[in-house]
Amino acid sequence: MMGSAFGESRTRRNVTAGSRLLRALHLDGPLLLLLSVTCAFGLLVLYSASGGNTGLWLRQAVRLGVAVAAMLVLAQVPARFLRILTPAIYAAGVLLLVVVAGLGDIGKGAQRWLDLGFVRFQPSEIMKLAVPMMCAWYLHDRALPASFGETLVVLAIILVPVLLIFEQPDLGTALLVAAAGIIVLLLSGLQWKFVFAGTGLAAAAAPLAWFLLHDYQRRRVLTLLDPQSDPLGAGYHIIQSQIAIGSGGVFGKGWMNGSQAQLEFLPERSTDFIFAVIGEELGLLGQLLLLGLYLGIIGRSLYLANECRDTFGRLVSGGIALTFFVYVFVNTGMVTGILPVVGVPLPLVSYGGTSMVTLMAGFGILMSLRSQRKLVRT
Amino acid sequence: MRRVKVKDLFGEQRTFQVRAILAALAAALLISLVGARLFWLQVVRHDYYADLSQGNRVRIEPLPPDRGIIYDRQGRVLAENTPAYQLTVTREQVPDLDATLARLVGLELLEQDDLPRIRQLLVSRRLFEAVPVRLRLDENEVGRYAVHRHELPGVDLATRMARHYPFGPVGVHALGYVGSISEDDLKRVEPGDYFGTASIGKTGLERAYENLLHGAGGFREVLVNAEGRSMQSLGDSSPDLRISRPVAGRDLELSLDIELQRIAEEALGENRGAVIALDPWTGDVLVLASTPTFDPNKFARGISTADYRALTSDPDQPLFNRALRGTYPPGSTIKPLMALAGLEAGVIGPDDTRFCRGFFTLPNSRHRYRDWKKTGHGTVDMKEAVMTSCDVYFYGLAATLGIDRIHDSMARLGFGKPTGIDIEGERGGIMPSTEWKKSAFRQREMQVWFPGETVIVGIGQGYWSATPLQLAHATAVLATRGPHFKPRLVRAVRDPVTRESEERAPQALEPVVLKDPASWEVIVDAMVAVTTGPRGTAVRAARGAEYSIAGKTGTAQVFSVGQQEKYDEDTVAERLKDHALFVAFAPAEQPKLVVAVLVENGGHGSSVAAPIARRVFDAYLLGTDAP
Repeated sequence: MMGSAFGESRTRRNVTAGSRLLRALHLDGPLLLLLSVTCAFGLLVLYSASGGNTGLWLRQAVRLGVAVAAMLVLAQVPARFLRILTPAIYAAGVLLLVVVAGLGDIGKGAQRWLDLGFVRFQPSEIMKLAVPMMCAWYLHDRALPASFGETLVVLAIILVPVLLIFEQPDLGTALLVAAAGIIVLLLSGLQWKFVFAGTGLAAAAAPLAWFLLHDYQRRRVLTLLDPQSDPLGAGYHIIQSQIAIGSGGVFGKGWMNGSQAQLEFLPERSTDFIFAVIGEELGLLGQLLLLGLYLGIIGRSLYLANECRDTFGRLVSGGIALTFFVYVFVNTGMVTGILPVVGVPLPLVSYGGTSMVTLMAGFGILMSLRSQRKLVRT
Repeated sequence: MRRVKVKDLFGEQRTFQVRAILAALAAALLISLVGARLFWLQVVRHDYYADLSQGNRVRIEPLPPDRGIIYDRQGRVLAENTPAYQLTVTREQVPDLDATLARLVGLELLEQDDLPRIRQLLVSRRLFEAVPVRLRLDENEVGRYAVHRHELPGVDLATRMARHYPFGPVGVHALGYVGSISEDDLKRVEPGDYFGTASIGKTGLERAYENLLHGAGGFREVLVNAEGRSMQSLGDSSPDLRISRPVAGRDLELSLDIELQRIAEEALGENRGAVIALDPWTGDVLVLASTPTFDPNKFARGISTADYRALTSDPDQPLFNRALRGTYPPGSTIKPLMALAGLEAGVIGPDDTRFCRGFFTLPNSRHRYRDWKKTGHGTVDMKEAVMTSCDVYFYGLAATLGIDRIHDSMARLGFGKPTGIDIEGERGGIMPSTEWKKSAFRQREMQVWFPGETVIVGIGQGYWSATPLQLAHATAVLATRGPHFKPRLVRAVRDPVTRESEERAPQALEPVVLKDPASWEVIVDAMVAVTTGPRGTAVRAARGAEYSIAGKTGTAQVFSVGQQEKYDEDTVAERLKDHALFVAFAPAEQPKLVVAVLVENGGHGSSVAAPIARRVFDAYLLGTDAP
């Protein structure tokens, strides 16, 4: 293929057996290394955060295995196929969301899960990848930056699944999916006047959004401003996680030694609030190490995105890289008390299967896309 | 291509590069913000948080509130809280968990089916925690445990307050029951208030009055050591420990009379059926019975999987509240109400007669609407028509009135919509009309109302369906001759501390005012004739009563008999037999009680349902009970 021909001629250098293998598997060495270290760090922390619960730890390890397999498989799918399949994946995802909404109406409660008998999964999880891919698919063969009309189409592509997810109600996932789509739009070179106009509109619409929120969601925003107002209710999470982090100091209390986490003062310590356990047990240094790893992953992913041959590849890869960042920022911001409590897990570290698989699948797609190298001006 | 803009591949690549770099910078900046926050928390404010963390050696322990007690109208306790022995397992003291659990199954203290759930529960908790595995042991089980205690290290008894229903299954369909809190339950309450509470109202009054019964949770601070174990001996020497006392839930005083309820349930016996008894002057529900019943204590003590499956798979559906949720064709019980509608509309007078030859036909139709009495009743006036339950009379009356006039007068009496009784899950039944039929059917040809459909509504068949509660509620208007009250189970709410009761005023509905008040007595006389007249259908059931009963029997068809067929009671399968119904109030002149009885597949209202009502009247009005 053309891509590989370009690639090889450009990178003629002394290749070791290892890097040849990586190339054959369409994998990127540095990114793979960063991901591995982060996941290993995550498993280490999870063991402690779960209070030494080996059953839980093993389940997570198995999920990690599944996630890595998903990454490896997706990395082998030719980029062309990914692009061709995108509309179908998106349509299937929206359809499943509608089905789930229907089931929820029947069950008269929040419904996010689709039970296939052998496995349960959340269709909203698919949308975290399908939405940026669909946006990129739409923008791919259009002259960029997108016109006003085209921008509206992209916004519609984003809004349909986001509203369905918001209705579930799952504010956290809805925000992440919306962010993923908007990031693609921004990366495609959306004109700055649109960016500013959009930001202005969003700011103006904020009071409206307030009315759409559920009571408990409003309370979370309010308690962010004054956690002490409700020390046993919504403020409890914020207070306890800050005590955990603050009492950890620079070096932490040591692995398995955090009293906040081990004595179960900290709620959801193995899921959404695991970053606080890291702060308490491994201190500022542990947390900065993890943030550094995250920054490395984001940076390397953006670099790979820039190396992609076509617009679709660049936009999807860039979207995946920056959505990962949004995950990191929303979770750590929430745990450290600078953002309201939204149910977003800490990527690659929090206990929980679906988000881990989606994330690694995303990196698999990213690696597949970049294995087609970019055009060079000759 | 009409596109003016040309796709500039290298330009797009450049744009992306710029945007990606900007994004990377933004990401780095925001992550630095988190880093700065961490620096603030962990370095600048470290001492402050370290102190707070030490302070967390004080652990908050929830203090659940006492659930409100439920009394019947005579002050008898229907739901209380009693200390319950619960079985706990502390994993770190158990040498071999599997063997211990197997032993507990062997002693019949646990059930094999529940083991996977229990094992998972145990593994998810901390090693030193005493995890409850059975919520309530009975005396025999406590005894068995005590005998074998030495073989069971790590297995202990703990006491807590648990819901107990002293009358067991009696009145369960009114009281409801409490059970373990599920995730769905937490959506309808404030989860913070249930910190430390083990159970929540699931059905009936326990559910409907959950917010009053539950009260508010409290907490106390206890010292824990570095492993989280409570150090109670230090408790007294630490004056800083806070305690916030829970606020007990409110007590309920019901309109229900548990003794009358017991008699009604006993009278229903093995039948599937329902009895409603209410005070027409207040709407007080004295009996809300639905059989078969079940024991709510099973739920309160944590029902086993096997027991629950037995209840849900029972073909008699004991969990189904027939009094509120069962909708049945009302059958002939509504004939007095139809007669009243006819008088009120002016289409018929009390003395107008109609000849009954055993069947009715509409003009221009050969279809025969048959009377229950094949040979016919001959010439009947209104009183005789009600007394003998002549179908032909009411076929004709319904045809004259037309379905929409019937609908309007019956809707005024509460048919077609829930009565609004103060527990959940009540159904409204169907009061058909031309309007209703348009919205009830999707196919156009089904949406047309046929005159024949009106005819059978005249005897309470066809699309018309109602709950036993609705029948009692509508009959209550005849008893009071106008005033109407919303049925209710709770008469007063009592503060458990001050013991002060807050009476709730009866909720008056819009009274039924007749153009000619004399019509009331026409109808009541006809109903008295049902129990006393020469050919009254309920004479046998009312024989020897020391008070006068105004009643009306009903026999509702479950399946339809073809034009030429004959309904043969003996050959029809039990489930296809007619439902037996009876509505009545007594004493007819100054009514104190309205009763509605339904017996599913019971056969005749006169022979099966009416005697049940008689027993309830005797017990209430005379204080005697002779089954």
